[in-house]
Amino acid sequence: MIEVHDLTKRYGDKLAVDHLSFTVGPGRVTGFLGPNGAGKSTTMRLILGLDRPQSGTATIDGKRYDQLPRPLAAVGALLEAKAMHTGRSAYNHLLFLAQSQGLPRRRVDEVLALVGLTEVANKRTGGYSLGMSQRVGIAAAMLGNPPALLLDEPVNGLDPEGIRWVRNLMKQLAAEGRTIFVSSHLMNEMAVTADHLIVIGKGKLIADCPTQEFIERSSERSVLVRSPQADRLGELITTEGGVVKQDTNGIQPAGLSVTGMEAPRIGEIAAAAGIVLHELTPRLASLEEAFMELTAGSTEFGATGQPPAGQDGAPAPAGARQPAPAHGEEITP
Amino acid sequence: MTAVAPAAPAPAAGQAARRPGFGNLLLTEWTKIRSVRSTLWTLIIFAVVSLGLTALLTWLTIRALNNGRSGARASGIGADPVNFILGTGLGLGQLAICVLGALVITAEYSSGTIRASLLAMPRRIPMLIAKGVVFSVLVFVVGEAVTFGSFFIGAAIVHSHFPVSLSQPGVTRAVIGSALYLTVLGLFALAIGSLIRHTAGAITTVIGLVLVIFPLTGLLPYSWGAHIHAYMPTVAGQLITADKQTAGQLLTPWQGFGVFCAWTALLLIVGGYLLKRRDA
Repeated sequence: MIEVHDLTKRYGDKLAVDHLSFTVGPGRVTGFLGPNGAGKSTTMRLILGLDRPQSGTATIDGKRYDQLPRPLAAVGALLEAKAMHTGRSAYNHLLFLAQSQGLPRRRVDEVLALVGLTEVANKRTGGYSLGMSQRVGIAAAMLGNPPALLLDEPVNGLDPEGIRWVRNLMKQLAAEGRTIFVSSHLMNEMAVTADHLIVIGKGKLIADCPTQEFIERSSERSVLVRSPQADRLGELITTEGGVVKQDTNGIQPAGLSVTGMEAPRIGEIAAAAGIVLHELTPRLASLEEAFMELTAGSTEFGATGQPPAGQDGAPAPAGARQPAPAHGEEITP
Repeated sequence: MTAVAPAAPAPAAGQAARRPGFGNLLLTEWTKIRSVRSTLWTLIIFAVVSLGLTALLTWLTIRALNNGRSGARASGIGADPVNFILGTGLGLGQLAICVLGALVITAEYSSGTIRASLLAMPRRIPMLIAKGVVFSVLVFVVGEAVTFGSFFIGAAIVHSHFPVSLSQPGVTRAVIGSALYLTVLGLFALAIGSLIRHTAGAITTVIGLVLVIFPLTGLLPYSWGAHIHAYMPTVAGQLITADKQTAGQLLTPWQGFGVFCAWTALLLIVGGYLLKRRDA
């Protein structure tokens, strides 16, 4: 169980983490999502005691990181993959970590086998590919067989096979009852990996909910319509109560994005007016779009300097549902 | 590697109960220091430069003396042959110890290993102490071997003109003291490294201080200038490496060594404080 309460970290003028509170529970993969610079890595560093927060607490099983008697047996962490001395072998890197925890040498061999690096373990890590370095990092995280794992962008730079390997590993470890907390800026990767999402933007909590709920709640059902008589059709749909926008994502400019009306009804309207349809596609926003919509809201708040409701008072409680649907309308011209 | 099988089944309860002792930290730092090539290479350079230059310069001076060159007398080999022997090769070899001292801490920062270290050992002060202890023991052991080696090589070369032996007053203290000086010098460099956290910056600073800044204080005028010079870290520390005291020397060898230790301890305390305070 990882608990973050009212955590704040400032680097100079920049507020990297802003009164952040959330809880990461065991037995599932919790995705930690946010655009670059949202404060994901900083939050992880604060949880791991590498950086000192200005205020607030981060605890693992109720203890601050530096109070953990054997930290690597309580939580494993993967930060930057290449954070190893290039002249030291993977075996010796893992060996000194094992020795610091009073773990036997046998454990080093076990984790090397786990990540499939047994054969190259005595080579210097400077010659390793990014994927191999990433595996050393995962081996280090698994060294103490910890009940919790913190992984910062673990699939960054991996090839598809490596990505699938990390994904399966995380799911399996979660199924064993461990707490898995994994950050990413790749929304679609999180959609297939994470059971639960914690989304932050500008250091603030945006959402803390199951992945499915996040997608459903934040996504807008819409229908993409293409027609050579788009203007005429748009007017008719508006008259019938639909909301029409120019579809900005389309390749062809003639597309309309219709909300508040189902595809069959649009087809009937078109048929009644004798309008030719080239395309009529119901769409459900992807996690990517849901995420963009939410973080666009947080960016807007940051840009105009208007604090969101509740920001100056108590921080949003863990589990708060606050991806205000109003954001989407606010940014629509 | 699509199928994954964790080697250990489920995290055992109570596994994290016992905190590893200081012995584990010493073992950890020993593994770290022995598993990078820079340690071995720096120590090899230290030994080769120290022993080689001691032999070469002592031999050249004795040869000049045999040929009746007057400059050889001015080199002080006749007045204090032990100090000549211990001052030549080790004077340059000590720079390798400065480099190693700075590297053992700055290489952790430049490579990012410091984060792995601090994740494993979040109590930063014990980690720094363990690193200092392991490094000191290593430098002291290698330093003793090289200083005794230098002495015996030099003594054999000067033997026909100036017989020297460990039984003469102050000689054994000077030889053992040379390794003590090197050990504290290494810790001094380690402390600077923990403050600067950048390899090139730390090495430049240490060597600049040891070779330029501290000796230059000898040019300060009046009695206060002499006092400042005498209390400079390596100036005071080097007193223990000489078998004879010079006239007007403000500190005894052990007092000088104490001054050097005090400076180093002060820097290590500041380094430890910053290590604890700063973001890694």
